[in-house]
Amino acid sequence: MTLEQSARVAEIPPSGIRRFFEIAEERDDVISLGVGEPDFSTPWAARDAAIKSLELGKTSYTANRGMRELREAIAEYVTRFDLAYDPDGEIIVTTGASEAVDLAFRAFVDPGDTVAVVEPAYISYGPGVTFAGGEVLPVPTREEDEFRLTVDALERAGAADADALVYCYPNNPTGAVMSETDLEPVAAFAREHDLAVFADEIYAELTYEGEHASIAAFEGMRERTVVFNGFSKAHAMTGLRLGYALAPESAVDAMNRVHQYSMLSAPTTAQYAALEALASCEGEVESMVEQYDRRRRFVLSRFEELGMPCFEARGAFYVFPTVPDGFDCETFAEELLREKGVAVVPGNVFGAGGEGHLRVSYATGLDDLREALARIESFLTERDLL
Amino acid sequence: MSEREVLELLRENARYGTDDIARITGLDEDDVEATIAALEEAGVVRGYQAVVDWDELEDERVRAVVELNVTLDRETGYADIASRLARFPEVTALRLVSGDYDFDMEVEGDSIREVSRFVSEKVAPVPEITQTVTHYVMTAYKENGIEFGDGDEDDRLSYSP
Repeated sequence: MTLEQSARVAEIPPSGIRRFFEIAEERDDVISLGVGEPDFSTPWAARDAAIKSLELGKTSYTANRGMRELREAIAEYVTRFDLAYDPDGEIIVTTGASEAVDLAFRAFVDPGDTVAVVEPAYISYGPGVTFAGGEVLPVPTREEDEFRLTVDALERAGAADADALVYCYPNNPTGAVMSETDLEPVAAFAREHDLAVFADEIYAELTYEGEHASIAAFEGMRERTVVFNGFSKAHAMTGLRLGYALAPESAVDAMNRVHQYSMLSAPTTAQYAALEALASCEGEVESMVEQYDRRRRFVLSRFEELGMPCFEARGAFYVFPTVPDGFDCETFAEELLREKGVAVVPGNVFGAGGEGHLRVSYATGLDDLREALARIESFLTERDLL
Repeated sequence: MSEREVLELLRENARYGTDDIARITGLDEDDVEATIAALEEAGVVRGYQAVVDWDELEDERVRAVVELNVTLDRETGYADIASRLARFPEVTALRLVSGDYDFDMEVEGDSIREVSRFVSEKVAPVPEITQTVTHYVMTAYKENGIEFGDGDEDDRLSYSP
């Protein structure tokens, strides 16, 4: 047999961002607001714990579901979001939250099942559903709703007939959050139409002006929900690749069956780092959140001054400004990169609902943010847009 | 608590404009200016200076940390000795500390000779000073919260999902 790609793989379009990489390579003064990961390093205590674990030779596999102490620490940690999960049966530690998402699609989606994907969305959900043989049903959210998911949006998209719903709040790429009040009708919709819910809460800790709410905490939702979270964003551990899923025991069993034959166990060194991160790095997390919040206010107020409207994002580390009239988001992003060396991601990469917007990450120091916004200002001035 | 926030930002970078501080804190620029003025007025903010890594400069700059032991008597307290020492322009920092010695004094000069001469001719003879121990700074790794390494290169990809 020749190495001809499978039909499923062939169905996935190549990344829309690749050509931007090449343009960025041509300049050496690029300020990137295109990154989806923290600019902070992992808190030192967590790195130190990882190093110590290596010195002690802790380099074997762990239990498939992850080290018991870590699952216990996770169970304790998620109580802050009003979530109660049993470390023995209801938590599985994964290689990044991305693995958890993939496990859920493979464990619960049958060929022909429809998964409603709330857009603009993190780019992995659609392909993940496709790899699992499911059908993607986009559910666009709108700027006038501050990119929150509404029952109206679900109904318009026809999600009542779907089998499952996947979303990410606080949202990548918009920075939108869902309050308890916002979630309530969505939970009711899921119960009424018998939808499984895959709730990606990787940015939960990065919620400003308010508390993160989880849909799994609503009555009648726990049994139909898988919650994804991890250490990449709040604990600045992207490269350590560590996440987890929370779900009822039978659901974790199903995910674990896929996991034990594919990943076997999440990286052991990273598990030691994560254990320490939960044990002693709360202060550093708080300080990072405070830094993000400062930058968020700075960036929002600059875009407002530049006449690029931007709803008040209250989560993750993104804002989602609108490009000026006469531009599509790709042209704007490309010209801004070529002329001013500022990298932002065109919103349409995250689904059709993102057209006309830019994803601007503020996971970058204030000095660079100030410079980047000054360059955007001069870009607009040169075009008489300001 | 806006005062505290403004102070933190100035400590992070005293060159943030009042417009940027206003954007970051959500205060009006006028309020930021008033807050800074009040902090200066009250003597909370005593000045603004550059943090210099002398190793990167061709010209030599010699710095020393000097431990001072003193004896007090009825007429002379720590503050009296301190105000006498602090008047010397060579003294860049002076603190009363706990532990084995009394004052921790930082001195700057253009050469080791100049600094040594200052300590032996101007400081040691002060009657209340019983002992001086001079430590010359060999390398500075961090000053005022700023690390002097080459900096952590941002090795993140310029785009990531």
